[in-house]
Order: sequence, then structure tokens, then C-alpha cells
Amino acid sequence: MNTNSNKYTIIYASIMVIIVAFLLAFVSSSLKERQDKNVELDKMKQILSSLNISDSEKADAEKAYQKYVVADRIIDQNGNIVSVNGGFSIDSKKIGDELPLYECKVDGETKYVVPLYGAGLWGPIWGYISFNSDKRTVYGTYFSHEGETPGLGAEIATEKFQSRFPGKVLQENGTVKISVVKNGKVVDSSCEVDGISGGTITSKGVDKMLHDCLSKYANFFNK
Amino acid sequence: MELFSKKNKETFLSPLWLNNPVAVQVLGICSALAVTSKLEPALVMGLSVTIIVAFANVVISLLRNTIPNRIRIIVQLVVVAALVTIVSQVLKAFAYDVSVQLSVYVGLIITNCILMGRLEAFAMTNKPWDSFLDGLGSGLGYALILVIVGFFRELLGSGTLLNFQIIPECLYDCGYMNNGLMVLPPMALIIVACVIWFQRAKNPDLQEKSN
Repeated sequence: MNTNSNKYTIIYASIMVIIVAFLLAFVSSSLKERQDKNVELDKMKQILSSLNISDSEKADAEKAYQKYVVADRIIDQNGNIVSVNGGFSIDSKKIGDELPLYECKVDGETKYVVPLYGAGLWGPIWGYISFNSDKRTVYGTYFSHEGETPGLGAEIATEKFQSRFPGKVLQENGTVKISVVKNGKVVDSSCEVDGISGGTITSKGVDKMLHDCLSKYANFFNK
Repeated sequence: MELFSKKNKETFLSPLWLNNPVAVQVLGICSALAVTSKLEPALVMGLSVTIIVAFANVVISLLRNTIPNRIRIIVQLVVVAALVTIVSQVLKAFAYDVSVQLSVYVGLIITNCILMGRLEAFAMTNKPWDSFLDGLGSGLGYALILVIVGFFRELLGSGTLLNFQIIPECLYDCGYMNNGLMVLPPMALIIVACVIWFQRAKNPDLQEKSN
């Protein structure tokens, strides 16, 4: 057979495209359910990380989530509760007027968790921040990123960076206080956190993310 | 036909060192810069490329007599892209943590010149088993260079290996500092160049005649 004829080339290309399209569609749709479940479990793990829950307990994320997270509320811009449940299904990327607020109980004490979403140097960064029931001090944080530079910006995902947050002042009278400053330039250590040297733009991204996302909760903080 | 004949052994072994895809053929340099600032992503990337190039080689080799000459590059690209997509989907469903690790690198695998280079230069004209060995060898040769570069960059740039602290704390107290330049892409080029230098000094066959 002449494999160089136009007819053969066109038929070959068409058949190849159809086969590949069916193959990919089949793989994608048959694995969709498992993938969605994994994404959900991962989200639970991230929320638990911000509450400083140990790795061994996080292994069974669903069980630990039910144990610690009391309610996934939705509140509005004025700080009023709109819905007692359903906050979990809100995508952190698309937070509008409805703000998710996780109410958790760790060792008998109430903690709140709020999702964060912002931009780093190369792509999106996101995370969760938990704070005490007085809404004043940070209890724990979790940060992750899509593709920050390993060894530099990517350090925001490490425990070393995240351990700088607990105990810092979150906000005062609705003004967000917690901030990330250039490495070694901390003036007020009650609310300022050292950034990552060499990862300045990512550190600034974290700072902006904290400020932008937490500002939306100002009315809730004042309640 | 013997599975491990002398020729097959050579097919597998030569890309590991004497015909290394990065150091001798100078393919895949771009990703060698991007993923080697730590050892772990370098390892993961090396392994992923090895698996994909080996299987893409087999698929193309099986199809080699049917592929129309004029659209062969497109066919190769489709095979690679489909394989990579399937692997990433399967990982997302069954090994979510690994897929999160790989996130950006999956895209980089498709653009890796070694894949297209091996498909075009070897799989199009050789039998499936030979192609599989060639893919495996080329992938591992690529991984080897990535690991060498990643090793030096992480050790000197961050003082760690696979995120474990290697350089003792007391050295830092004495004034030792991590070399920040190591974490930046230019150092990857310089280390690759050092590997090439070492390799050529050891193997005069690789040196170009100077006249």
C-alpha cells in the first residue's frame, strides 16, 4: 500500500484522532469519580493541616475532618450566618459574597478556619488560616502553590515557614494585622512574619493573599 | 533473536554515558534547568521521562510501517501527548500525592526534546523491543544528568539532600552560607558544562578535532 498518498494520509490522521479522542474521553470519564473524591480528601487534609493536626491522624482525612470540623458555615459580607452548612463546596478560587467559614473544635477549644487564595510568582498560591475563638490570634496556617521555584518561593509550603505564624496578631478592630515582610526586616514581631530570602515575590504574594482574603471577613471579626 | 544480544546491550547502555542525551546529544537541556534546583523533583522528572519515552518508543515502533511520512511528527506528538495525559489522569485517580508533586512537570514531559528525538531517530526505524531498550537507556541517561545536577544544586544551594539537612548547623554558626546562585537556573548550565568537560576529558573520542 502507498503510505504516501494524500488519501491514506487523511484517512490515517482522521482515524488516529478519533481513536485518541475516544481513548482520552473514556479514561477521563471513568476516573472522574475517583479524582473528585481525591480532590475532596485533599481539601480536608489542607484544612486539617491549618489546625496543626498530626500527619498520622490526617491519614484518614474523612474521619479526622468529621472529628474536628463542627460546621462549614457560609457567612455574608456583614458577618451574618447565611447557612449552617455548605461552605465546603465553595471553591476557594471563586469566593464572592458568600464566604466559607469552618468552625472547628480542637482539644475542646473553638477555632475558625478561613480559606486563602492568591497569586505567587509563577502561578496561583492558596492555603488556609486558622485562628482562636477570640478572632485575634493566629492558631495555624497551611500554604501550597502550583509551581513556585523549588528552594525559593516553594518554601512557603514547608513547615519551617508556616511555623512562623501561630501566635501572631491576626487583626485588630477589623483591620488585618498579620503580614509577611522582607526577610530580616521585621519591626513589629507581634504581627509581622519573616519572608523567604530569594523568594520575595512569592512572600509578597502570601502577604497580599492574607490581606485580601481576610479583609472580606472584617465585619465578622468585629462581631 | 536474543533478547539481550550484544547489540541490544549497546542500545541500552550507550545513552547512559558515551552517547548521553543531555551531555553528548545536548537534548532536553531546558527541563534540566527547570527541575534540578532540588534533588527530589529531578528524580521524579527523570523517572517520568524514562517511563514515557520507553512506552512512546514501543508504540511508534509498532506503528512505524503504517505512519504516513508527511505527518509522522504529528503522529509522534499525538502518541506522546495521549500517553502523558493518560498517565497523569491515572495518577490523579490512584496516587493523588504523586500527581500533585508532578503537576507542572507533566506538561514539561511533552515538550521534552529527548522524546521527539528518540522517536524520530530510533523508533521509526527499529523493532519494538530494541526501541523499548533505547527509550529506557535514553531516559535513564537523562535522569542520571538531572540527578547529578540536582545533587550539587541542592547540597550547595540549600544545604540539604531530599530535604534532609546535610550541612551541619554548627558550620552555619561559624559563618558558612548557602550559595544562593546555586538555586538559580544559570548554575544548572554551569554544572551540566562541568559534566560535559569531565566526560570529554575522560573520553578523547568525544572531543572534536581542532584544526
